[in-house]
Amino acid sequence: MPSGTLQLNSVTKSYGSRRVLDDISFPVHSGQLTGFVGGNGAGKTTTMRIVLGLLASDGGTVTLGGEQLTGDIRRQFGYMPEERGLYPKMKVLEQVVYFARLHGFSKADATAKATALLTELGLEERLNDNIESLSLGNQQRAQIAASLVHEPEVLILDEPFSGLDPIAVETVAGVLQERASRGVSVLFSSHQLDVVERLCDDLVIIAGGTIRAAGPRDQLREQYSAPRWELSGSGDVGWLRDEPGVTVVDFEGGSAVFDVDDPATAQRVLRRALQDGDVSKFGPQHPTLAQIFKEVIQ
Amino acid sequence: MNASPVPTAVSTGQGVWLVAERELSTKLRSKAYLISTAILLLIALGGVIWAGISSANPTSTPIAATAATASALEDMGGYDVTEVEGRDEATALVESGEVDAAVIDDPSSATGLVIIADKEAPQSLLMALSASPEVELLNPDSASGPFRYILGIAFGLVFMMAAMMFGTPIATSVVEEKQTRVIEILLSSIPARVLLAGKVLGNTILAISQILLLVAVGTVGLIVTGQTEILAGLGGPVIWFAVFFLFGFILLAAMFAAAGSMVSRQEDVGATMTPVMYLTMIPYFLVIFFGDNPVVMTALSYVPFSAPVGMPIRLFFNEAEWWEPLASLAIMLVACVVVILLGAKIYENSLLKMGARVKFREALRG
Repeated sequence: MPSGTLQLNSVTKSYGSRRVLDDISFPVHSGQLTGFVGGNGAGKTTTMRIVLGLLASDGGTVTLGGEQLTGDIRRQFGYMPEERGLYPKMKVLEQVVYFARLHGFSKADATAKATALLTELGLEERLNDNIESLSLGNQQRAQIAASLVHEPEVLILDEPFSGLDPIAVETVAGVLQERASRGVSVLFSSHQLDVVERLCDDLVIIAGGTIRAAGPRDQLREQYSAPRWELSGSGDVGWLRDEPGVTVVDFEGGSAVFDVDDPATAQRVLRRALQDGDVSKFGPQHPTLAQIFKEVIQ
Repeated sequence: MNASPVPTAVSTGQGVWLVAERELSTKLRSKAYLISTAILLLIALGGVIWAGISSANPTSTPIAATAATASALEDMGGYDVTEVEGRDEATALVESGEVDAAVIDDPSSATGLVIIADKEAPQSLLMALSASPEVELLNPDSASGPFRYILGIAFGLVFMMAAMMFGTPIATSVVEEKQTRVIEILLSSIPARVLLAGKVLGNTILAISQILLLVAVGTVGLIVTGQTEILAGLGGPVIWFAVFFLFGFILLAAMFAAAGSMVSRQEDVGATMTPVMYLTMIPYFLVIFFGDNPVVMTALSYVPFSAPVGMPIRLFFNEAEWWEPLASLAIMLVACVVVILLGAKIYENSLLKMGARVKFREALRG
């Protein structure tokens, strides 16, 4: 069983004449959470299905630690499909035990693991309830348990946070972070950009079947941040408009957002502001993931 | 977390058994299944006991007869003869209702006999005493009419019922897995062929155990009610039926699974399952309609879908040579392999295709 980085290389896929994935390449590093972001129909689920071998690609390769994926390697992956599904009439614990056993755990080990995991996910009181009797959020937790129970080296989760309340989001996020800290490679897609931004070490942004941006979150932030600064103070900052090298983006009495031609210009602005009065806030403004997303998919 | 136990890769056999085990436990826990099984067994038991009672007490008609006629009547059987001295005593017995009729010798009658009855003479008695000409058949019909018919219905019905009862759930459980997308998780754990094999195995075990249970109930019933001569004649054909049923069911199970895999919603499963349903019903109807046509029956006993019904019937009436069931079984095994391979191909190709019904050609080509 190889381990290490999961790497997609120039993966392509067409349905008929429609190309849905074009030259998709990005890494999923072990021990990190990689967020996979894109609009509806951008190609996230198709990419994930190709990684799992549920769908054949038309070209390109997927490797783990440099080794081409085979059925046996893929069977050690954990997967949570986009459209949730477990056997409605099976008990929660029984179901998760079944999946663990399909991955090769003995009955006793599978039961111990499933119980511990379901407890970690806050389902300890529902172990013997039928899946269909659970609320959607709890079904989702059971679903996550099903994808994690065999302790996969690689975890592929399609929208793991959709439909969860904020508390449940924290629980699931904690479980994923814990797995990543143990060296698991985690790739997950989400529309909740704030959650992705907070959790992920790496980001992959896909649109129209092509990768628009990929890399460490902080690097992307820097790369896509305009040289934009923020200033708030006690005095009126109207003078900013006449400052050379400064373009005011937003202005309101004592505070302003502005772009500069040079970092030195920003420092000059700060000195000038301090001459006028107190400065309560000054610093470079980082774009949020939502802003980067909007920018790169255009 | 506990110290991490290491999983060992699941072998094909283990995987198949795990899937089969889940099918079994789900089914055995379903109340509907348990109740319908109990009803089926009760009906079988009731039938056997009823047959036993009605054959153990052949209605014997009480008859009064004079010494000259008594011995002849007793030889015919079916009559409970009371010997009387003469006409008066006979008339008294008939009037009191102790006997249904009296047969006395009377030289004035053309036949030399007179029947005395209250309102109507028993038909069977009249027939027995009437002289009919000897019949000589040049081409006697080997089929013993109604019993052949009943046997055909019995085997055909059991085959059809069991095929529907255990085949339909295979198709619906495949659709359930597709509809709930459990299939995506399953296929990221085990290969499609293992899943298919496990489903077929689990449901075949269920079907066969039900058949064996039926046979056991029937056997015990026959022994208890003393119908051992039927048992001796049926034993061989029933065992052959069970053997043919086993492979016939595997054949159908693979087809039901393939049919289920071609649709994404329970509402659509009827469409792809219908052809398979016909295949389970055809043997039943053909055997009933053409039960006494030796050519059709011989053909039916070799066609894989109707062999489980056709061959045991021919065996029961000693119409088949000893090697015929073996040859038919060989054909069945070949058909099994071919259908399973085709079924697995359709299954593998269709499982992940959601939405519209997968076309048959598309499913085969992949």
